[in-house]
Amino acid sequence: MADKNYENRPQEDVLNEEKSTENASESSEQVYSLNDDRRVKVLSPGVMVAKRFFRNRLAMVGLIILIIMFAFSFIGGLISPYEEDQLFYRTEILKKEYASAIENTEFRYTAAEGQASAFTGIVQAQFTLAQSKGSDEFAYGGKSYKLSKDGDNLYSIYDGDGTLLGIAYKDIFSVSNANETLTFDIRYEGLKAYSNGEASFTVDGLTYEIADDGLVLLNGQEYGYISRYVVQALMSDVFLTREFKDTVIEIIEKNRTTGEAVLEVEAEDGVKQEYYFVKNPNTGKWTITQETESRVYDTYSAPSSEHWLGTDGYGFDMLTRLMYGGRVSLMIGFIVEIISTVLGVIMGGISGYFGGWVDNLIMRIVDVFYCIPSMPIIIILGAAMDNMGVDPQIRMIYLMLILGFLGWPGLARLVRGQILSLREQEFMTATEACGISVRRRIFKHLIPNVIPQLIVSCTMGLGGTILTEATLSFLGLGVRFPFASWGNIINDVKNTFVLTNYWFIWIPAGVLLLLTVLAFNILGDGLRDAFDPKMKR
Amino acid sequence: MSTLKFIAKRLLISVIILIFVALIIYVLMRSLPTSYVEQIARQKSMQPNSKSFEEWMEQLNATYGMDRGIIAGFFHWAGNAIKGDFGDSWFYTVPVVEKFQSTVWLSFVMGAISMVLELLIAIPLGIIAARKQYSKTDYAISVIALAGISLPTFFFASLLKLLFSVKLKWFDLFGLVGRNYEQLDALGKFFDKAHHLVLPIVTLVVVSVGSLMRYTRTNMLEVLNADYIRTARAKGLSEKKVIYRHAFRNTLIPLVTIVGGSLPGLFSGALITETLYSLPGIGYTSYNAMVAGDIPFSMFYLTFLAILTLLGNLIADILYAVVDPRVRIS
Repeated sequence: MADKNYENRPQEDVLNEEKSTENASESSEQVYSLNDDRRVKVLSPGVMVAKRFFRNRLAMVGLIILIIMFAFSFIGGLISPYEEDQLFYRTEILKKEYASAIENTEFRYTAAEGQASAFTGIVQAQFTLAQSKGSDEFAYGGKSYKLSKDGDNLYSIYDGDGTLLGIAYKDIFSVSNANETLTFDIRYEGLKAYSNGEASFTVDGLTYEIADDGLVLLNGQEYGYISRYVVQALMSDVFLTREFKDTVIEIIEKNRTTGEAVLEVEAEDGVKQEYYFVKNPNTGKWTITQETESRVYDTYSAPSSEHWLGTDGYGFDMLTRLMYGGRVSLMIGFIVEIISTVLGVIMGGISGYFGGWVDNLIMRIVDVFYCIPSMPIIIILGAAMDNMGVDPQIRMIYLMLILGFLGWPGLARLVRGQILSLREQEFMTATEACGISVRRRIFKHLIPNVIPQLIVSCTMGLGGTILTEATLSFLGLGVRFPFASWGNIINDVKNTFVLTNYWFIWIPAGVLLLLTVLAFNILGDGLRDAFDPKMKR
Repeated sequence: MSTLKFIAKRLLISVIILIFVALIIYVLMRSLPTSYVEQIARQKSMQPNSKSFEEWMEQLNATYGMDRGIIAGFFHWAGNAIKGDFGDSWFYTVPVVEKFQSTVWLSFVMGAISMVLELLIAIPLGIIAARKQYSKTDYAISVIALAGISLPTFFFASLLKLLFSVKLKWFDLFGLVGRNYEQLDALGKFFDKAHHLVLPIVTLVVVSVGSLMRYTRTNMLEVLNADYIRTARAKGLSEKKVIYRHAFRNTLIPLVTIVGGSLPGLFSGALITETLYSLPGIGYTSYNAMVAGDIPFSMFYLTFLAILTLLGNLIADILYAVVDPRVRIS
């Protein structure tokens, strides 16, 4: 195929061709002789190649795609207003169940000191029955009990001998200081005073004052409060202040009929918090939900004017990420290709030129390398690097070295095959006769003749390398966070939720990848056709 | 006789190459930092009902001769490997060969079906493209072939999943069997598995059909350029006869070679595709083992792949000599 067509071509044609494709501006310093046959030619072979290439519409499409891709990746990153690792936030309103409040409608009981065994649950139940009937005594288990109404919803229960067993009440007396326990006497006296509207009560020689709102003061200090409502925190780490509870009760009393209310509180740091009150009509329980504005990473936000392709799972701008990802993918492709080309040309050149046992040895090495399964090896090394926590940057370098080192045998074979046939030609005999050194003969006279094939093979190889890198990065074994590459951007699609819901996360990267690799392949194809006129009949 | 001699020589070279490949793989495995190997052994020993750390390391030494020098260790390992003893998989906790035998057939079936489909698609299209070179059809086929080559497997599989599994709900996203597989009868089980293999096979075919198509086209072009085709035309044969009698048969020569050479590759499993669809073939099985640092299984898989490559080259070489009478064995 392509390989054969160069064999019979005169040396200067190929040289010229190479020069002008490599760098057309160098034509001024060409070293060609001015033979007559040269002068009559209107077009040099190099120009012919260029003409053939530019006439190939498909190849031009590939070239244009590639130019766009390079511009996108290398210039786009500069134009983009965002940085590669710039995180975006959004404020999100989080709703949390904050507290609950309920108006106490059931009797609660406290046994007098030392009477806990006598004031049993059954007695309490019997009391409720008697109280609802309006009688002031009841009997149970052969014993008789008396009850006396001490105030609104406050009863004290005595046994037949007139001993105080306990009290039943609906107002709740709670102590402000969590460490202090409320004695029975204080509770009883306090509740009695509160339900009868008295302003103070005395226990053990201490006088407690009761404010209108139920606040109990001792020596001017807040001691506790009495209220019909139970306000409890629903989150474990929250302590409800007295003020907050008061506000809650106030709001609940105000909105008793509607069963709904909103409270807006501005905290010290200026953050607004909203509390939503909702009453459950069946149980009469109020649930207070807190709405807090908190700053979260702006993950998976849909495309908008600010982020044309939305943001990814970390909160990066997708479009910027794609630009930098393209940079990484293209750079890796080029570096890998350069490494393997250099290795391949050197090995293939030596092998083809010297022949004999050197050739044999190098070709057997190539055979061995051909059999080494590269993908599994990179996967194993990737897993090992994962395990040892290799820095992502060093990892990227390793990746390039490994890919480059595993890629050279194919090129070495190509170069060797070419050189084997070229070295038998007259121009090589001429160089030998001129006494040119071996190194010059290989690298100045043989290698340039292989360059067309090399360019074609490298162009197509670039696409393949980018694809390999992307596959590895997709598997999570290539380029790693924080670096972006097209492969690891698509990696997110492993999450089925992303696959289903966020097309903008993975489809653009996949399309870019496909277009780039396709463009490299088309370009390589076009170059081959251009270099090899025999294919174009 | 010369054919036999040729085969014997090629076989010998292959064996030598295999020894070197195995040596490189072994050295590579040995040069993984010991801390990594020990760490995995330690993790293994942490699992409930597992052997102790010392036992793991002992087993490692027994299988790989880790306590010996590299060359001595290699021959120790190779000696066991020839006997078919590749040790116990760390990840699957069964002998490596046993795990291999239970997974390789799925890969083979998948590979074989895709290969047949590829041939059925690629050869006719390649021939059409070559016959109508530079026509719109040719361009379309060329671009499709190139697009297939350039298509990242994982991206295409994701697109298929989005379209057919998520939107249309025709197929499951992952796996080889459905949820109610156990309740199905034998025929139902077969169809269930077949149903789950549709998307993976489509992926495989689309991704790899392109290169075969291009290969067919290039070869057909070359054949159509040959003198005997001109002769056939000059004889006044119908175009149909020229193409399908004279040209096509000659195109088959390189095709048979390349197809024969890729036959062993059917056993290698589709690493990426199987992983994407979580199919318990040899590719996915090995992927899991390799990612988990399962050295016995990885060693086996690498050696296995190397053997398949060598076998493929050997078959291709022999077929080339056998099919094409113009090639004389030397």
